Amino acid sequence: MRQLMSGNAALGEAAVLSGCTHYFGYPITPQNEITEYMARRMPGAGGVFIQSESEIAAINMVLGASAAGARTMTSSSGPGMSLKQEGISYLVADELPAVIVNMVRGGPGMGSIAGAQSDYFQATRGGGHGDYRTVVLAPASVQELTEVVPMAFDLADKYRSPVIILGDGILGQMMEPVDFDGLVRPPDYDKSWALTGAKGRPAQSIYSLIFDVKLQEEKNWKLQRKFRLIEQDEVRYETYLVDDAEMIVVAYGIGARIARGAIKRLRDEGKKVGMIRPITLWPFPMKALRELAKSVTDFFVFELSAGQMVEDVRLALEGEGHIHFYGRPGGVVPMPVELYRIISRHYYQAHADGDRKQP
Amino acid sequence: MLTKAIISGSGGQGVLSMGSTLATAAMLEGRYVTYLPSYGVEVRGGTANCAVAVSDEEIASPVASSPEVVIAMNQPSFVRFQGALQSGGLLCANSSLVHTETARSDIEILAVPTSELAEQLGSIKVANMIMLGALVRASSMISYDAMVENLAEILGKGRAKLLDLNKRALAVGHDYTKD
Amino acid sequence: MKTVYARPKLLKEADFHYCPGCGHGIINRLLMEVIEEMDLQGDAICVAPAGCGMLLYNYFEIDVIESAHGRGAAVATGIKRVRPQNLVFSYQGDGDLAAIGTAEGFHAANRGENITVIFVNNGVYGMTGGQMAPTTLLDQVTTTTPTGRDAGLAGHPVRICEVFSQLDGTSYLERVAVNRPAAVVKAKKAIKKAFQRQVDGAGFSLVEILSPCPVNWKMGTLEACEWIDEVMVAHFPLGVFKEVPC
Ligand SMILES: Cc1ncc(C[n+]2csc(CCOP(=O)(O)OP(=O)(O)O)c2C)c(N)n1
Repeated sequence: MRQLMSGNAALGEAAVLSGCTHYFGYPITPQNEITEYMARRMPGAGGVFIQSESEIAAINMVLGASAAGARTMTSSSGPGMSLKQEGISYLVADELPAVIVNMVRGGPGMGSIAGAQSDYFQATRGGGHGDYRTVVLAPASVQELTEVVPMAFDLADKYRSPVIILGDGILGQMMEPVDFDGLVRPPDYDKSWALTGAKGRPAQSIYSLIFDVKLQEEKNWKLQRKFRLIEQDEVRYETYLVDDAEMIVVAYGIGARIARGAIKRLRDEGKKVGMIRPITLWPFPMKALRELAKSVTDFFVFELSAGQMVEDVRLALEGEGHIHFYGRPGGVVPMPVELYRIISRHYYQAHADGDRKQP
Repeated sequence: MLTKAIISGSGGQGVLSMGSTLATAAMLEGRYVTYLPSYGVEVRGGTANCAVAVSDEEIASPVASSPEVVIAMNQPSFVRFQGALQSGGLLCANSSLVHTETARSDIEILAVPTSELAEQLGSIKVANMIMLGALVRASSMISYDAMVENLAEILGKGRAKLLDLNKRALAVGHDYTKD
Repeated sequence: MKTVYARPKLLKEADFHYCPGCGHGIINRLLMEVIEEMDLQGDAICVAPAGCGMLLYNYFEIDVIESAHGRGAAVATGIKRVRPQNLVFSYQGDGDLAAIGTAEGFHAANRGENITVIFVNNGVYGMTGGQMAPTTLLDQVTTTTPTGRDAGLAGHPVRICEVFSQLDGTSYLERVAVNRPAAVVKAKKAIKKAFQRQVDGAGFSLVEILSPCPVNWKMGTLEACEWIDEVMVAHFPLGVFKEVPC
């Protein structure tokens, strides 16, 4: 059944349907409706909702619940995400699954409460201390949350590692029709590592402190092997009108929606522009971009930041192709027409550039 | 066709529920739709607005920076949003509270004294539904008949008791606009 | 003609962003009145919170710094340790001081920092839309306690004055309200006293102010003021909780 729901509420519902039983959160705009939805929904679903006294407390409650074997989630934005970073680092080190939602708002500092994409670096580079990455999923519509949320819980359990859902204020606040009928609850994984009391088994523990640097290095290589495996197997992206494209837009989340609107107009004028939309920001679709660079010379990166994902595009293309960029930081959301004009200009320039090296 | 509307007024005038009613009606009609409320500090001060987009194809951005339709339920909303309206756009004003003398000359004005009409119906609370009836009549965003038909589902169980009153309010707005 | 009342000069000619019936506006005015009367505008430094009080720098004609949510007492500590001669006060909501910033508030109090905390207790998180605060009463409905606050799940309403009175570092603690004219007059006296004690070097002071939030309490303005007397005060009794002679 289709119903009109905000991204925040739909995310909460999708989490419950994915088997999340423990939610901890602290209010912060623009994600308050997740916290409020869970407060209403969890008791009836046999789950636990706790409003923590801070984001630091919330992420540590998540850590405890996860260590005890529960499917668990927290959500936040801006300053609250900064506070959670220490806890996320511990979750990685302890190899504990968890889903952490960031409905990104403009920063830095208190920033704005408008939707933004300025936490790309924080999310994809680890964010806290230590040598680690987390899977980062970037949904672009309320309906897509019904795929991304179960995927997040599944990947978290499968790899025993925290997974970040990187939305934005607009996705959280916007209402769209959504249908949960197709949502598949991820399977249950073996959690014999969980701390349940040493009844009928030897005592076990979860910790990240390793004084012996050799053992610490070994532990780090083990984590890195896991990350390489994720890079190999878990890349997800969507392409749009790339087959005959002469210019490819790279955009994600709300940015990809705006880009789609712009591309429609460009296509109406016969301009051959397509798009690749990463759904996993880490692991980033490196190979797919390199593959596209065999037939396309121009890549146009669009994000609601001063330029963060563009660095991954550069890394992916390894010097191939020409990279164009347009970004708006601080929570400004340009309209599709505005982006259309800017892409048009770059498209003409690319064409006029006679000495452009052919792929 | 894509139509975007900004609905604005003071807290308590039911502008957010007007927006979600319009959006739900469009969804039940099988159209693509997005609804984006204002939020945060902006609403705490006592004003509220939302943007509704209705289309026959996927909607790129839910943000309405130059909408085809603006609904102003009070004077501050009129002042704030009339400038954003596209040339040739439709401005629906609650003329019980809005003075439209200073309106731009390149837009169409629909003045509906919704507060008075609502009081005649016996409840100031349905001023928003009266305006919605008028809007649907004056624009081609959604079908009036389909909305009335689906009204029970749109309002949901919580407002089932108010079904009749809301239906009448929609009709008042619709008929007023016919004249 | 005799002037009976005038807008304090230190209160900027700006429109408050507060909702109708909110107590923050009254408290803002009292603070500026007191600082004006004590002639401390050149000394006062205010630490503004994340919360409905976050825009104080738009209203106060004194130095104001924004703090991260809950860290006001820590920021005030830093300022005071650099400039002991200044009047340093943090302005904090109940979420700010009694949830996310409990550690900072508690330890500033315990160290006996010579600062003043203006603690606005409105029983909810105003800024983010009326969620439960640590001070929310049992059975009180908020957006995150949809069936009322249940002690088994969410604990009990925190009495900051009573808790802080146990800390040897605290010097002056009083709970007041701003729901009636007489109460407002008392609130002003308490603020003045706390500031005077800071000036005299007496140590940590805190004034807790019960403040109406009709929008999030889903009440009329008058009803909210009455609710403070009839319901809130039963759990949060007014009065002086500590006054160490100085
Ligand atoms: C780290 C962090 N988490 C959350 C927020 C969002 N936030 C802003 S104000 C606020 C609560 C305000 O409530 P209270 O302190 O009671 O003050 P009031 O608004 O009621 O005056 C929250 C949760 C934030 N700014 N920073």
